[in-house]
Formats: sequence, structure tokens, C-alpha cells
Amino acid sequence: MIVLKHVTKTFNQGNSNEFTALKDLNVILAPNKVTVLTGPSGSGKTTALSIIGAMTKPTSGRVEIFGREITSLPERFLAQVRRTQFGFIFQHFNLIKGITALENVMIPAYPNGEPLGSLRERALSLLELFDLLPKAGSKIDWLSGGEVQRVTIARALINNPKIIIADEPTAHLDSKLSREFMDIMAKLKSEGRTIIIASHDPAVCESEAVDEAIRFRDGQILPSHACV
Amino acid sequence: MILHPAILALSIGSLMTCLMIVYAAFYGVRILRHWDLQSGSESQLMLEKKTHLVSTLMSYVFAYQLCSLFLFIFTADKITPLFVGAMCAAGTLNANGYGYPALLLKIINFILGGVWLIINYTDNRGIDYPLIKKKYQLLLLIAPLIVLEWIFQTGYFLKLSPDIITSCCGSTFGSDGSGLGSAFTVFPIMPMKVIFYATMALTGAFGLVFYLSRNPRAGFIFASMGIGTLMVSVASLISFISVYVYELPTHHCPFCILQREYGYVGYFLYLSLLGGAVGSAGVGTLISARRMQSIQEDLPRILRRLTTATLLCYLLFTGIATARMLLTDFRLEGY
Amino acid sequence: MAWIEKQRYLLDLALSSLLRRRGKNLALVLVFTTIVFVLASIFFFTGSIKREASLVLKGSPEVVVQKLVAGRHDLVPESYLTRISGLPGVKNARGRLWGYYFEPTVGANLTVMVSDADVVRQETMVIGKGVARTFQLQKGQVMRFQCADGTERDFRVAEVLSPESELLASDLVLVSTQDFQRLFGVKKGFYTDLVLEVRNSKETATVAEKIKRLLPDTRPILRSEILRTYEAIFDWRGGLLLFTLGGAALAFIIFAWDKATSLSFEERREIGILKAVGWETSEVIALKTWEGIVVSLTSFLIGTIAAYVHVFVASYVLFEPVLKGWSVLYPQFHLIPFVGPYELVALLFLTVVPYTAATIVPCWRAAIIDPDEVMRL
Repeated sequence: MIVLKHVTKTFNQGNSNEFTALKDLNVILAPNKVTVLTGPSGSGKTTALSIIGAMTKPTSGRVEIFGREITSLPERFLAQVRRTQFGFIFQHFNLIKGITALENVMIPAYPNGEPLGSLRERALSLLELFDLLPKAGSKIDWLSGGEVQRVTIARALINNPKIIIADEPTAHLDSKLSREFMDIMAKLKSEGRTIIIASHDPAVCESEAVDEAIRFRDGQILPSHACV
Repeated sequence: MILHPAILALSIGSLMTCLMIVYAAFYGVRILRHWDLQSGSESQLMLEKKTHLVSTLMSYVFAYQLCSLFLFIFTADKITPLFVGAMCAAGTLNANGYGYPALLLKIINFILGGVWLIINYTDNRGIDYPLIKKKYQLLLLIAPLIVLEWIFQTGYFLKLSPDIITSCCGSTFGSDGSGLGSAFTVFPIMPMKVIFYATMALTGAFGLVFYLSRNPRAGFIFASMGIGTLMVSVASLISFISVYVYELPTHHCPFCILQREYGYVGYFLYLSLLGGAVGSAGVGTLISARRMQSIQEDLPRILRRLTTATLLCYLLFTGIATARMLLTDFRLEGY
Repeated sequence: MAWIEKQRYLLDLALSSLLRRRGKNLALVLVFTTIVFVLASIFFFTGSIKREASLVLKGSPEVVVQKLVAGRHDLVPESYLTRISGLPGVKNARGRLWGYYFEPTVGANLTVMVSDADVVRQETMVIGKGVARTFQLQKGQVMRFQCADGTERDFRVAEVLSPESELLASDLVLVSTQDFQRLFGVKKGFYTDLVLEVRNSKETATVAEKIKRLLPDTRPILRSEILRTYEAIFDWRGGLLLFTLGGAALAFIIFAWDKATSLSFEERREIGILKAVGWETSEVIALKTWEGIVVSLTSFLIGTIAAYVHVFVASYVLFEPVLKGWSVLYPQFHLIPFVGPYELVALLFLTVVPYTAATIVPCWRAAIIDPDEVMRL
């Protein structure tokens, strides 16, 4: 369960280009569900996602993840929380170019220092899950859009996280791949994970897999729960 | 000024270290004044990031201190042909009034730096940076000492000139000289041996007691004995250990044991001794922080590891010294 | 152990990261290697020459006594030798005959000397390799000398000294006593200087003092003093060269700092990704540190090995003039290869230490990139 209490996020405080992305946000995200944060760009959903995913701290307010307050944690512990509890799927995929799919998948686990053998095995089995085994040794520069998307998902799962965070995951995918993506999310939900997606794509929002939709506008949540 | 390559290297290195520690101290002051973990403000976040910089700088400074300490002595040893009357580092260090103080400061800074790193490591285990204030206060103490060391080292090198007549270790550490060095050499051997082994045994005993019982009082005694052990060990080195290494009853020099003909045994002895000193100082400092909430989980493990390391260092020192004494036919009794 | 495994991963990623930006890192390694090469060449050469000089000087006499008149070198009479031999503590005192002969046709200064045991036959000479080369003389050939009394004399080459002796004997010509006296017009019973040994080497200074008191117009020179002077000169010359390189070294430091500070867009993105997937700042710093270690150790290794080859195999072709001084009779010789841990450590201090220091702050700056920057890219 993820709780945000009175969360405000202001960028460039004190400067002339000060900008408040989130204003006094209060939200509770239920566990083991697929929640979509939706709204036009600039509405604050990406910022909310950053804060939920412990990537950035709110200017004021409190964030709790599974009962543990993370706002006052120093950065090093935040990074540990991020590594162990979360898996991230980014809008631009954000894989490291020039190295193989397998290496990309293993990278989030490097700091744990586990033996190479078991790490490789786990990474390979994840790639197999997404039908990517033949491409494991290829540099990601050579993979298609859909394949890259699946590598990203595999990477997000390497540390077996409880929460998956996805930011505009279908932005570069066609409808077929978008549907496949949501199917994968549904499957992950059935494994007991919590999925949080930020997207203004109707295909995501209106998918059957989604349990709840939260609408953002101008840094605040709208009472309506309709998509778009 | 002697333009010896190693002297240039040490001077440049020391200058850089000096600048780095002043830079670190500057941020240390900032951190001490504005640190507020509860606020999520951008300035606080920047301060948290700055602590990483200071940690990295200090690790570097500490590593440099260790290497430069030995390079300094080695260089002093190497340039002995340039001075009349000098036969090893003891003589060259004596060439002007800055030599020995520079060496002393180097040793002190090494030990303090080591303690700082231990505190830093422990502090990072705690969620709320429990030791941060103490850490930066210590940093503000170390910084001027390093600047002082740089001044003395530079002064020493600048005032070196090959015509100076200096004294060799025979007079500095000989029985007919005056001064502390000589005082140790005239001390009767048997009582010195007894004191040495007794001190080591006591330190070891308290260390073991602390390791097993985790009683803070035992730990404190163990830590405070560290200083005593260091001094007794150095005195013993001058008094009899080095004599066994040289197999010459009048040679007491603490520097010549670093030379190649004695198997560089000096390095092992001094490294283990310094390791022990840092370890016991670290134990003492951490025990005084035992009430901090956030490190309760990690503190016992850290203390245990430190105690083991310290005991091992002292054991190594005693072992090497004793081995050297037993493995030679030379007998000191009767001198 | 988990820590070791973690360092392995970091090193792996560091290597791959360096290779992905090949151009920039190759330039860095190249410049770094050159600097190490130059510095190491100087170190190795100076160190080796000092060692050779001290080895050779070991064989030189403990005390040399010269007679001074109005501050200038004068011939020493036989009586001085007798009196000095009588001093307690003096062993094996004898007179030496040697001088300089200027050959105007090539402008060369030859050192003419009577050998210790006076074994050279009349009208023959034993010459050093440098002499043989300059005058193109071989064994059996003859060279004409001008004597002090105006007459000319031919000397036949009995032997050419071996190449190993070049450092000190390159310009040497050994003749017999009579030939020497005839050549330079030196009267019998006079010597250029006296050499002697001392029974107890700790007493050389005392003996020197006694000689000065006994014969106030003499100057005793101790071997230890010569050694000291040589060391000082070599150090000074070597250090001077290093000093002048200071400008180049500074430029390199700035270059290194600049390379470390200017991260490409791709590099920033990569670090952002690492932070986003859960890497701590200290782990990114560790990664960057490994990159620095790889660069500096690679450059250090290549530069040092190249310098070794340059100095000890290629006989130091690039820097000879500065360190050997000007001379027509140039000794050619191969230095004895010797590299001690001391030289290497000093080299490390002069190269890797400043480089690492220059890159600490840029490395940290890179590591503190916020992960949420990546979300917005």
C-alpha cells in the first residue's frame, strides 16, 4: 500500500521560473492492483510517479510505502528501497546502448554483489519468459521496438520487486504491442505485484486489466475517474 | 632545496592533499551549520550530496597519507649520501628542525584519518546520519593538522642543502646521546622486554574480553591501552627489537629496519603497529557512540570486526618481532 | 564475498563504458602515456647513471691530496709524499701523474695519465674508446704528440680500452712515466697529486685534517665528498628537467579535468539510468573511480615499459644532450638496466596521484545526477 499525504512538489524554488507540479496531493494506492494515473501532459502525473517510485522527494508532505515512511530517508537508503521494492519501465525505454540485452537486464542487480552464475540464470529465465532468449547476447541497438520494450520489462523484474512503475509505456508501441503490454501487466498483477502506470493513452486506461484510474489536472486529482 | 624527483612528487602530492582537505573542511563547516535531515529542501539535498564528495576526498587523503608516510621515510633514506654524517633516514631527518615534526605530524594525521574513515563508515549505516556532527568536527580538527604537516614538510625540503653536517642514528639513537631516542637505548633490556610483552598481553586480554562480552568498559580500556601499546612498541623497537634485527648491540635505529638488507621487515612492523593504533582508536570512538539509535543494529558487528582487526595487527607485530628475535643466534643478554 | 563480486561487476561495466567512448578515452590514455613516458625516462636515466657513477667511484681513491699555489693546482714534491706516508692511519700513499693534452685539430681535450703500475712501455700508449673513435686509431697505429719542449713524439697504440669503461675512460691516454715527464716537461720527483688510503674508513676526515695541518698549502679531497657532489648534480639536473616539464604536466592535469567534467549526453543518460534503477551515488562514484584506475594504470604501464625500452635498449636517444653535458668526446655506452620500487613509487606519485586528484570532483559531479532527470529526457 502506498500513501501520499499532503504532498507538494515545487521546482526551482525561489527562482523566477518557480513551478509547482503537485499541490497538496492525498492519495492511497491499493496493493495488488493495477492503477493508472491519467491526464494531459504537464498535469503532474509523471511527477507523482517519480515521488511514488522514490526517485525524488516532495517539497513537503509524507510518503509511505508498505507502512514505512520514506520521505526522511537519506538518498542512499532511498536508492536501496528503489532497488529492492520497485521495478521501472520508462517512456523512452532507457536501456544502455552498446551493451547486450542480458547485461542491461542484470545491471540493477550489480550493487547486490550476488554471484554471477545465479544472476545470469535469473536474467536468462526472465528473457525466456518474454521470448527474448535468442536475442540475449545481442546489443540492444539491433532490437526492434517491441523487443526493447520487453527487455525493459525483464530488467524491471530482475530484483523481484513488489511494485512495478511504468511511465507512458505504450507511447512508442502500436495497438497490438500495447495490448500485449497490458496482458503482461495483468499477469504480473496475478503474481501478487502492484502496478502503477502513468499514461494518457486510452488503450491503457480503458484496458480490462486496470482496476483504478486517477485523473490529474494542474497538479491535483480530479474527482472524476473517467479516462482522458 | 634538493630537486630530487621524489621530493618533487611528495611536495606536489602534499599540496594537492592540503587543498583537498581545505575544500572538504569548507563544506564541513557548511554541513555543520545547515544540516537538517527532516527538511526535504533542495539545499539539504545538496548537502547530502556534498557528504559523498567529502567522503571520497577523505578516503583519498587517507590512502595518500599512508603511502606518503612511507615514501617520505624512504626518500629521507635515499638522500643520505648527500649529507655529511648521515647514514640513514635518522640522519637526514635531523638535518633541520622541520624533519622530525613533519614525520610526527604525518603519523598523527594517518591515525586521525583512519579513525575518520571508520566513523564515516559507521555513520553511513545509520538511516539518520547519527554521527555526522562528530564526523565533521573531527574533520575540522584534522584539516589544520594536515596544513601544518604540509608547512613542516615543505619547510624541511626547502631548508635541505647538501652541505649540512648532521648526525647519524648512532648518536640520535645511541647510548651516549641526549634526547628521547637515547633514553630508550640505555633502558635495561630485560625490564623493557617484560614491559613490552606484558603490555601486549594485557591489550590482547582486554580485547578478547571486549569481543566476547561486549562490555563497553572493557572496550574503553582496550581502546585507551592502544596509545600506550603504540608508545611501548616504538620504545621496544628502539630498545631491543631493532638490535636483534641488526645483530649489533649498539645499533638501535628505528629507520634502518626499513632497508632492503633487513628484508624490509620494518614495513611489516610499522604497518601492523599503525593498523593496531587506528583500530583501537576507532573502537574507542565508536563505543562512545553506542547510544545512537539508528546504528544499534550494525554497531556490534562493526565493533567486533574492528576489535579482531586490531588484535590481529598487534599479534602480527609481536609475532614478527618475536620471530626475528628467536630466529637469530644473536643474544642480547649481557650487554 | 559480495563486496568482491560487486567490484567485479563495477569493473566490467567501467571497461565497457570506457570502450563505448573510444575516441575520448584513447586521447586521454595517449596524452597520459606520453607524460609518464617522459617522466619515467628521466627517472630511469638519472637513477641508472647515479648507480653507475657510484659503482665506478667505489674504485676511486679514498683521499686525493692536491697542492695549491694562489688557489691554483700545482705539482706536488716528493717530500710531501714522504711526510704524508709517515702519518698514522695512512696506508698506501703514492703519487699520480696525469694531465690534459689539447689536440687542436679536432679540438679535443685528452686526459693523459700514467697507469698505477706503470706498465705501459716507452713510446706506446693505451687509449680509451672515445679517443680511438675520434682519431680513428686502431691497435698498432701511431699518433703524433707535441711535447712541452717543442719536439714531436710518436706514440703507438698498444691497446684500446674496453667499451665497459667508457663512462670514465673515454678520453684517456695511458703512457709511461718517462714519456709523461717528457711530454709535459714535468721534472723528476714531482707529482700531479697524491692518493692514499686510510686504515679506518671512519677516520678519513681526521686524517684529512692532519694532512692540512701538516702541509697547509695542500687540499685533501675525500671520495665521499665527490660522491655527494655527483649525486647532487645528477639530482639537480634531473630535477631541473622535471621542473621545466611542470608546464606540460599542468596542461595535462587541466586536460584530464576537462575530459572528466564534460560528460556527453549519452554519459549523463547512462548515469541517470543507473540511479533510476536503484544505484546509489557511492556506487556510481565507485564505477567512475574504476574507470579512472583503468585509464591511469594502463597509461602508467605502457608509459613505464616504453621508457624502459627507450632508456635501456635505445640508449636514451631523445634526451641525451641535457643530462650528459657538452663534450666532443662523447662516451657511448649502454646503461645497466635497473628499476627499483622506489623509482616506480615516485613515478606513481608524480603521475597517477595528480590525475586522480584532478578527477575526483568531476567524478562526484557526475555521480550526483538525479534519477528523475531521466524521466524527463
